[in-house]
Amino acid sequence: MGIFDYFKSKNAPSSASVAKDRLQIIVAHERSKRYQPDYLPQMQQEIIDVIRKYVDIGSEDVQIQLDNTDDCSVLELNVTLPEQN
Amino acid sequence: MAKIIVVTSGKGGVGKTTSSAAIGTGIALKGHKTVIIDFDVGLRNLDLIMGCERRVVYDFVNVINKEATLSQALIKDKRTKDLFILPASQTRDKDALTIEGVQWVLEELAKEFDYIICDSPAGIEKGAQMALYFADAAIVVTNPEVSSVRDSDRILGILQSKSKRAEEGKEPIEEYLLLTRYHPGRVASGEMLSVSDVEDILAIPLLGVIPESEAVLKASNQGTPVILDSESEAGLAYMDAVDRLMGEERPLRFLEVQKKGFIKRLLGG
Repeated sequence: MGIFDYFKSKNAPSSASVAKDRLQIIVAHERSKRYQPDYLPQMQQEIIDVIRKYVDIGSEDVQIQLDNTDDCSVLELNVTLPEQN
Repeated sequence: MAKIIVVTSGKGGVGKTTSSAAIGTGIALKGHKTVIIDFDVGLRNLDLIMGCERRVVYDFVNVINKEATLSQALIKDKRTKDLFILPASQTRDKDALTIEGVQWVLEELAKEFDYIICDSPAGIEKGAQMALYFADAAIVVTNPEVSSVRDSDRILGILQSKSKRAEEGKEPIEEYLLLTRYHPGRVASGEMLSVSDVEDILAIPLLGVIPESEAVLKASNQGTPVILDSESEAGLAYMDAVDRLMGEERPLRFLEVQKKGFIKRLLGG
């Protein structure tokens, strides 16, 4: 390690901590998907199709999430409608 | 009752076969009758790592298809008492292993052995699922590197949902983390995930940390399980892991950066 590297590395986070942060995010995301029922993607598509009959939205404007607590499951549906002119 | 332990990882090349050979040998050294099964159909390699490649006559698939008896296919290890190897088939037929066939072989082996080690193929497809299906415990071999950690988490998901224990709602498979190819110097300089980083992410009990070591390649070159090299850090770390698997307490070692002496630095060692 040269003398310039020594000064440079003071502020930047280490590559290992970047790796850890990235892993924590992706692993949490994949775990939440792991426990979702198989029908969820198709149901999401059908809901989008129904809304599209009335409003012009893209598939990324609808977010569906299923949260399981001890005795009940909550299906959260988030639709971003386009701005009205 | 035999204990069935799967050595798995999702990702390839992280040290599953090296670890299966080392841990199987270590358990047998403790006086338990042990068999290591190579589940990697098509890509037989455990025999090479164990140094018995020239003694393979019949394999796992031959036994399932009743073309050979178990005692004909089992290879007795020449160095370690109480240790046997069941080699993988080199057939290209991916469906050569059936769940019923595997179950029958495991039941037969369970009558004679105390420990059955299943060396899983890489991936999360059928072959890997077959290796873990009947397991009582799983050793998840992981390198301190992003893709390996992510794949280990995927395989943990499969252990928790697609194993026999999961399907029948029984007590879940015991899961253990085995961190291999660990480089304390690179961890110290922030270039490599640390033991605690990986433990934080995967959240399963730690069985051991195997330092990156020249002894591993040397051992595989010679067809000797590295655990028999008691001069090497990797061999000693594997022995510690086996002790922990048997329920003994062993402090972690070889996690510190070794300071090189002045002369050694001078010589570039």
